[in-house]
This record gives sequence, C-alpha cells and structure tokens, in this order.
Amino acid sequence: MLSIFTDLADWMAYTLFGLLPGSKLGGAVHFFIEDTTKIFFLLVLMIYFIALIRASLNIEKVRDYLAGKNRFIGYFMGSIFGAITPFCSCSSIPVFLGFTSGGIPVGITMAFLLTSPLINEVAVLLLLSLVGWEITLAYVLVGLAIGIAGGMFLDLIHAERLLQPFALKAYQSANPATVAERANTPKLTAKERHDFAKHELLDILSRVWKWVFIGVGLGAALHGYVPVEWIETNLGSGQWWSVPMAVLLGIPLYSNATGVIPVMESLITKGLPIGTTLAFCMSTVAASFPEFILLKQVMTWKLLAIILALLLFSFTVMGWSLNAVSFS
Amino acid sequence: MKQIKVLGSGCAKCVKTAAVIQAIADEHGVPVNLVKETSAEVMMNYGVMSTPAVVVDEVVVHSGSIPDRKKVESWL
Repeated sequence: MLSIFTDLADWMAYTLFGLLPGSKLGGAVHFFIEDTTKIFFLLVLMIYFIALIRASLNIEKVRDYLAGKNRFIGYFMGSIFGAITPFCSCSSIPVFLGFTSGGIPVGITMAFLLTSPLINEVAVLLLLSLVGWEITLAYVLVGLAIGIAGGMFLDLIHAERLLQPFALKAYQSANPATVAERANTPKLTAKERHDFAKHELLDILSRVWKWVFIGVGLGAALHGYVPVEWIETNLGSGQWWSVPMAVLLGIPLYSNATGVIPVMESLITKGLPIGTTLAFCMSTVAASFPEFILLKQVMTWKLLAIILALLLFSFTVMGWSLNAVSFS
Repeated sequence: MKQIKVLGSGCAKCVKTAAVIQAIADEHGVPVNLVKETSAEVMMNYGVMSTPAVVVDEVVVHSGSIPDRKKVESWL
C-alpha cells in the first residue's frame, strides 16, 4: 500500500523535475519526497486513531495507578506508561512533581520520564513502516530496558536525597491513600472522543511538522551524498569508539523521535551498524540540554549529572551489545 | 474582582491561555486580576500535572490545554 509514495517520488523526482535516477541529487530528492509524503500521511492517520482509543487515559490516571504499586511492577509499568502517554516536554516538571508528591518513588517517576521521549506510538509506527519490525522491536525493548534499569539504579542510590528541598519534602509528606480518591473520569461519548482526537492531531502535527522536514532533509542529504563505503570503513562495527562517539554527537543535537527516524532509516540503509545507529538516535532524542535545564527546577546539579552519565553509559553499552549480537 | 491564575512553565500555550482569558474578560467588560504563575512549586501545591492550568479564586478549574471560549465565559 505504501508503494504509492515510492511511485509518487519516482514521478516527481525523475519525470517532473527531470533528475537522473542514481545521481546524488536525484537520490536525495527522491528520498525527501517519498519520506515526507509517507510520514505525513501516516502521522495523520495514526495520531487520529490512536487518540480516539487513548482519549480516556490521562496523566492523573497513570499517577493513581502507579501510586502504591510494588516497586518492581512500578518500574516496568512506569516505563510502559512513559511509552504510551504522550506529553509535551514542557509538562515534565509538573508531572514529576505530581508523581513525587503522590508518593511515587523517584526511580519509578524517572522510568516514566526517561522512556517517554524515546518511545511513543508515532515513533513506533513510523519505525515499522520505514525500517521494518526487527529494528522496531529492538528499539522498543531497548527504550523500555533503559527506563527500567535507570529507574532501579536511581532508587538504589536514593536519588530522592538529591532533589530540591521542596520536592523532597513533598515526597516525604506524601500520603498515597488520599491520591487514590481523586480518580474519577466520566465516560466519553463518541463525539467527545472525536473532538479529543482532532485536537490531538492538530496539536501534535503543529509541534512535529518542522522536525519531519529537518529529519527527512538530513536523511535525504545522507542518503544522496554520503557513500556507503565511507560509512563502512570509518564507522563500521570494527571501531569500538564509534558507539560512544555517536552518543556524544547526539547530545548537542536535539530532535524528537519523529524527526530522528528518517535519519535512522538513512543511516541503516547506508550500512551503519544497528547499535551505533540506535545509540546516536536515542542520545539525540533523550539527552537534551533544554530538558535538563528544566529538570534543574526540581533536582540538584549532582542528580542531573548522574542522570546524564547514566543515559550516556546505557546508550553506549546498548550500542556495543547490539553491534556484537548482530555481527556475530 | 475575580482572581485568575494561569499556571504553566512559560510555554507558548500558557501565554496564549492568559491572552485568551484576558481578551474574553475585556470583551464582556468583566474586571479580572490575571496572574501568570511559572513556579513549579506553586503548580505542585495546586496538584496540577498538565499545563496550562487555570485557577479561579483558588480553585483549579481547568488543566492540560488552552480552554475554549464557552469554558472561559463560565468562569467570568
């Protein structure tokens, strides 16, 4: 079904613009047209239908569910909820405090916050349609694992000691029993669901459209102008340093998952090892300076540094292991 | 006079929410005291988890989106 976008790109790039198939510019333009049209088509469909289903799930429900759960189920569910609940990064502070003041351990809250930017329904469906189910599965499992392991580690070192004093106080004086009583959401009618989905669609599209263009533009440039041999020789799996380098390179770059996926598609088809590609993409999406500056309101620098180091470490280890597995 | 607070970390939507409320209040000639509150601690104390949120006379009446006209009018 999705081949109509390839046909469209064939026609536009080679017939309408008269570019040569196989030329650098032709390849880049073809990639750009095929991916932008396909991605926007998929985004509109997916955001709308998923929002219809998700209309009755809100952040308050997630909190009430996580409050008072067994720790290990908590890390797992925190990470899962992070994956399926989208929220704007400008909400991460109120969410963090809402969870913390509801008595949810910092590790479970962070499992939620670490997984949230990495995995969402839009990213998963884009991955499925652009790079196939194997890489999608690897991406989702790695994202969940990093959230869960990161959360456990933060509780192990008692990260709550390193919160800003007011947040620590709220956590210590939390009473989970009072939180549970607040959850009551009325049943939604079909019209309300449609309104919610329409609103979500416009809201998400207005936030991600520029990332799609930037991401696809970069992917197209890579696709057309960087030769496969260059990547294989310089960034193949033989060089152990290519994974940490990819992670470091991803930190100053900032994109959301929607923008980075076309780049990922391009890197993988160019022969960059899967572990290195995921390391780069996840670092771009999850470790971003604007986000960290926001978190400073509720955490001390020390805790922020620990979380950053934790992310860099786990992306690197994940990249090495995936490279080792896929090349053995 | 109504005391209205818009809670939000300074994101575009929060600024817009405050502007919408002010515009509708002016239209109806209702005097309001509109304050934008960006402190995370204040949001926590109101129990707000999604922004922008609106507090009218110390009661949280809305959170998570830019409120529509009907809703804003009901607060005035």
